[in-house]
Amino acid sequence: MSEHTTAPGQYTVSTRSVDAVVALLFMALAVVVMWDSHSIGSSWASDGPEAGYFPFYIGLIMFVASLGTLVQAVLTKTPDLSSFVEKDQLKSVLQVLVPTAVFVALIPWLGIYVAGALFIAFFMISMGKYSLVKAIPVSLVVPVALFFLFEIWFLIPLPKGPVEAALGF
Amino acid sequence: MLRREGSSACRGGLEGVLDALVSLIEGFGVLGDPWNIFYMFLGVTLGVLIGVLPGLGGANGVAILLPLTFSMSPVSAIIMLSSIYWGALFGGAITSVLFNIPGEPWSVATTFDGHPMAQKGLAGEALTAAFTSSFFGGTVAVLLITFLAPVIADFALEFGPAEFFGVYLLTFCSFVGMGKESPFKVLAAMMLGFALAAVGLDSVTGQLRMTFGTVELLRGFDFLIAVIGLFGVGEILLTIEEGLAFKGKTAKISPTVVWQTWKTLPKFWATAIRGSIVGCWMGITPGGATPASFMSYGLAKRFSKNGKNFGKGEIEGVVAPETAAHAAGTSALLPMLTLGIPGSPTAAVMLGGLLIWGLQPGPLLFVEQKEFVWGLIASIYLGNIAGLIVVLTTVPVFASILRIPFSIIAPIILVICAVGAYTVHNAFGDVAVMLVFGVLGYVFKKLNYPLAPLVLALVLGDMAESAFRQAMLVSQGDLSVFWSNWLVGGLVTLALIMLFWPAISLLLDRVRGPKSTPAAAE
Repeated sequence: MSEHTTAPGQYTVSTRSVDAVVALLFMALAVVVMWDSHSIGSSWASDGPEAGYFPFYIGLIMFVASLGTLVQAVLTKTPDLSSFVEKDQLKSVLQVLVPTAVFVALIPWLGIYVAGALFIAFFMISMGKYSLVKAIPVSLVVPVALFFLFEIWFLIPLPKGPVEAALGF
Repeated sequence: MLRREGSSACRGGLEGVLDALVSLIEGFGVLGDPWNIFYMFLGVTLGVLIGVLPGLGGANGVAILLPLTFSMSPVSAIIMLSSIYWGALFGGAITSVLFNIPGEPWSVATTFDGHPMAQKGLAGEALTAAFTSSFFGGTVAVLLITFLAPVIADFALEFGPAEFFGVYLLTFCSFVGMGKESPFKVLAAMMLGFALAAVGLDSVTGQLRMTFGTVELLRGFDFLIAVIGLFGVGEILLTIEEGLAFKGKTAKISPTVVWQTWKTLPKFWATAIRGSIVGCWMGITPGGATPASFMSYGLAKRFSKNGKNFGKGEIEGVVAPETAAHAAGTSALLPMLTLGIPGSPTAAVMLGGLLIWGLQPGPLLFVEQKEFVWGLIASIYLGNIAGLIVVLTTVPVFASILRIPFSIIAPIILVICAVGAYTVHNAFGDVAVMLVFGVLGYVFKKLNYPLAPLVLALVLGDMAESAFRQAMLVSQGDLSVFWSNWLVGGLVTLALIMLFWPAISLLLDRVRGPKSTPAAAE
C-alpha cells in the first residue's frame, strides 16, 4: 500500500487518525465488556469463578493493548500520514458495499435467489458497464444453479420469496 | 507416573510405528468407498476454484461449504472439506504465477519468482515446480502426522484442565511472539475474538453475558459467519479498492514441460527439505502457512548459490515457498486432531465442522473415532495425489476463469458468501452480521490487525475459558496450579516468554547494538 503516492485532491484522512480512532473504539468496547462482566459478577463465588470472571480480564487486556496502540499512534516520531483510503478508492468500495447492504436487506422480502439475481444484474450494469442483454443471462444462471444445488441436490432450504411461491416451491 | 510414561515411550517406539502403519492401512480401507474418492476429487476441484478466485479462500471456502456436508457421514464430510483445503493450497499458486496476484496469502512469496518466470515464457515450468513442491511439502507433513499424531494424542490423554489451558495459552501467546504485526494489535484482535466468543449463554453458570437484553445476541457470534465476512467480503472490498484488472500470462502445461521440469527438480532437494521443515514447524505452532512461505523463501535466498538471482525468475524461488506453505497447511491439522487446537483459520473451520458432526476433537478422537481419524489421514495422502493430478491437467481452465471480469465474479462471490452465512443457522441476522464482519475485515487489514488470532480466539474462546475455570476450580483460585508440574509449568512459562517476546527482543537488540541481528529481520 505504501507505494501508492496520493494524488492531489484524493486525500481523505491519515492512516494514523484511523488507527487512533479504531484503538479508541476498541477501548470503548473493552469498557462495555468489563462493565457487563462486572455487573454479572466477575469475582470468586462459593462455587468457583463467576460468569464474568474470564471476560472481565479479556476486556481489561483489550483495554490496555488498545491504549498501547493509541499511545503509539499519537506519540510516534514517524507517524503514518498517508491517506487511509483515497477518495476514488472509497467511492468504489462504497459502490460495492452499499448495493451489497441493499441486497442483504432485500433477502427477507424477495428471497435469496431473486435478490441475488437483481444484485448481480445491478452490479454488472453499474460497475461493469454491461448491457442488459449480457447482464440478464448471468444474473439468472447463478441463482438457478444455486437453487438446484441447495434445494434439490443437498435439500437445504434457502429463503424464498413471492416469485418462488408463485412457481410452486 | 511421568517416569513410567517416558520408559514406555522408548520401548513403544517401534511398536508405535507399526501401530501407526496398521491404522493407516485401515484408514485406506475407509477410502475403498468410491463415494469418498468422488468427494475427494470434487473437493480438490472446488478447492482449486476457491484458491483461484479472489475473496474465496481456504477458510471461508470451507466455511461456506460446511453446511453442505451436514447430511454426509463425518468421514466423507471431512474428506471433502480437507480436500477443498488441499485444492486451495494448490490453487493459490496459479494466480501467483500467471497473474502476479496471490490467490491466497500464503502464495505471496510464490509471486516473487513465479511471475518473472511466466514473463520469460516459463509459466508451465513455474507451475509444475510449484505444484510438485506443494505435493512434496504436503507429503512430508502427512508423514509427520501419521507417526507423530498418535504419540501426541496418547500423551495428551493424561492432560488435565490446567495442561490444556497451558496449551491454549501457548497457542495464543505464540501469535504475539511470532506475529509480524504490532503486539498490541495482535492482543486487541485476539481479545475481540474472546469477547465475541463469550457473548450469549454461559455454559457453566447459565447466565447471559453481553446480550444487553436482546434475543439476537442470545445465540452469540458464530465464527463461521465471522470467517465468511472477514475473509470473504473483506477481501472483495480490498480487491475492489486496489482496482485490479486481471492481466495475465497464458499457461500451457504439456507432458513434456512437466517431464523436463521434474528432471531439474531433484537438484533442489535441500531447499525442499528445508522448506518442509520450516513449514511443519510453523504449521504445528500456529505460525501458519503465510509466514512459513516467507521464511522458507528467505532461507533459500540466503543459502542458495543462485541467491542473487532470486526475484528474477529462479525455479528454486518457487520451490521454497510452495513446499513450506503446503507443509504448514497440512501440519496445521496435527494439533487440531490431537489436542483440539487448530493451527490455522482453515483448520479452525474444520474443527468447527467436527463439533457440528458431533465429534469432540482432542486426544480421545484417536481412541474413540479411529476410523474417522485414520480415514482422514489416509485421505490426505490420496488428496495430495488427486490435487497434483487435478491442477496439472486443468490449469488452462482455471486460468480462463480468471479472465472473467471482476464485475461479474465479485457479485457472484458476494451472493455465495450470503448463502453460506445464511445456511449456518438459517438466520437472516447472520447475513447482516457477515456484512459487518466484512467491513471490519477490510478496516483491520488496512490497519494491520491480524485476523487469524481473532478467528482462533472466537473458535477456542469457550474451550479455553472452561479449561481455565476448571483448573481454577480444582485449585480453589490459586494461580500456582499453572506451575504445579513440569509440563504445565513449562507450557505456561514458554507461553509467557512468547507473550513478552517483542519486549524481550527489543531489549536484546538494545543491549547487543543495532547491527547484530540480521535473522530477526527476515
